Amino acid sequence: MTGIEVSVGEVAASLALIAVAIAVSLWRRAELEEDIAVAVVRSLVQLVAIGYVIQAIFDVDSLWLVAALIAVMVVFGAYTARARAAKVPGALGPLLIALSLAAVATLGLVLALGIFEPEPRYLVPVGGMVIGNAMTAAAVALNRLGDDIEGSARQIEATLALGASSAEAAAPIVRRSLRSGMITLVDSTKTTGLIFFPGTMVGMLLAGADPIDAVRLQLILLWVLLGSVAISSVVATGLAYRGFFTPAHQLREPPAP
Amino acid sequence: MLFELARVSLSRAGRPVLRDLTCSLREGASALVGPSGSGKSTILRLLNRLSDPDEGSVAYRGADVREREPRALRREVCLVPQLPALIEGTVADNVRFAAACGERNPDVGRLLRLSGLDPAYADRDGARLSVGEQQRVMLARALALEPKVLLLDEPTSALDETARDAVEATLTELRERLDLATVTVTHDPAQARRLADWIVRVDTGRAVEQGAAAEVLQ
Repeated sequence: MTGIEVSVGEVAASLALIAVAIAVSLWRRAELEEDIAVAVVRSLVQLVAIGYVIQAIFDVDSLWLVAALIAVMVVFGAYTARARAAKVPGALGPLLIALSLAAVATLGLVLALGIFEPEPRYLVPVGGMVIGNAMTAAAVALNRLGDDIEGSARQIEATLALGASSAEAAAPIVRRSLRSGMITLVDSTKTTGLIFFPGTMVGMLLAGADPIDAVRLQLILLWVLLGSVAISSVVATGLAYRGFFTPAHQLREPPAP
Repeated sequence: MLFELARVSLSRAGRPVLRDLTCSLREGASALVGPSGSGKSTILRLLNRLSDPDEGSVAYRGADVREREPRALRREVCLVPQLPALIEGTVADNVRFAAACGERNPDVGRLLRLSGLDPAYADRDGARLSVGEQQRVMLARALALEPKVLLLDEPTSALDETARDAVEATLTELRERLDLATVTVTHDPAQARRLADWIVRVDTGRAVEQGAAAEVLQ
């Protein structure tokens, strides 16, 4: 596979499409111009920064640095997901555990099965994808958990009133939240190659890789990601629902009588 | 005494709901009577620890309710909420679900009859029943646990007069047949007089009067 070189000029030229997005917003008065501008600046700063960080990690070639980077991504991902699950009390702890387990389990399994070598050039991008997808899945799942527990408070209380435990009362909601966390990636995996080409495959093709190699690597990554979102969703929901209940199996904020 | 509440206070969202409330509920049939927002339903929730007070104590047959395992307490002192909240599925599914919470083996037909429903309702979808029928299913669910005390929160608030009379007749019959103690929350003093022998009048979070129904509700 040959390398691919992209000049600063070529990156700048793609701002033409940003101009299209801003023009659409102005034309239809969607009032997104500021958000688009912030998104452009943030993506530029963040990706350039992480690019230099990754370059430094590759130069040092230390697995400890990789582990540190993955730990930082887990923490940052947990805080980001918590912001999206504002209705879930004490969500940070479950999210940290969920993302950590998803990262360790999937990367560990991938290495143990010999799918990738334990080198920064594999662990950094794959780790980033795993944590990013695990974060999104956990955020969606906990967002659904918070909404559903609030909306089903009467049902939950009626079940608690029968002498059920908080786990039993929350079980249908936890199950639905888990599905919500996983379903997006499951659906996109079903349609991959038909409606869209996934990013890794696109990147490899652009870099001149053999299409069959690109497909194989993409399949590996898709299936690894399915495992990671399952782990992060089940752990996040399985731990986070407890924040809504007291040790005496009471809803912390019961509905108004 | 069935229940004794001593200097109970409770606030919700910064607003006091119960203020230094002290009252007793006798064995047999008792009622908590008062206007909407007076704290009656909140008191009911304290009796089986669906909520705990911020201050004060609640005793059930002489023992502090906090000394009981909450789930076991709720199966013995079973609360039927004001609004129905059935699980998805048939009437029989709901009754069996409740029985499973108490590890009981239910006779669905008998429980429906006790609740004033024909056993033929067993296979009907709970979501398609009328509010009155759903409330009877909620009652059947509670009875599936073979409780010793029933806590009834406004059991007829959503019903017309005919349905209300039918439910009251069912409750009266249940008390006699099963020797159940009941605590009923109602805003209607006339209903309290029909359903209870012992009354606690509640107003703005305090117990203002308690005694025999004939004396309190003369």
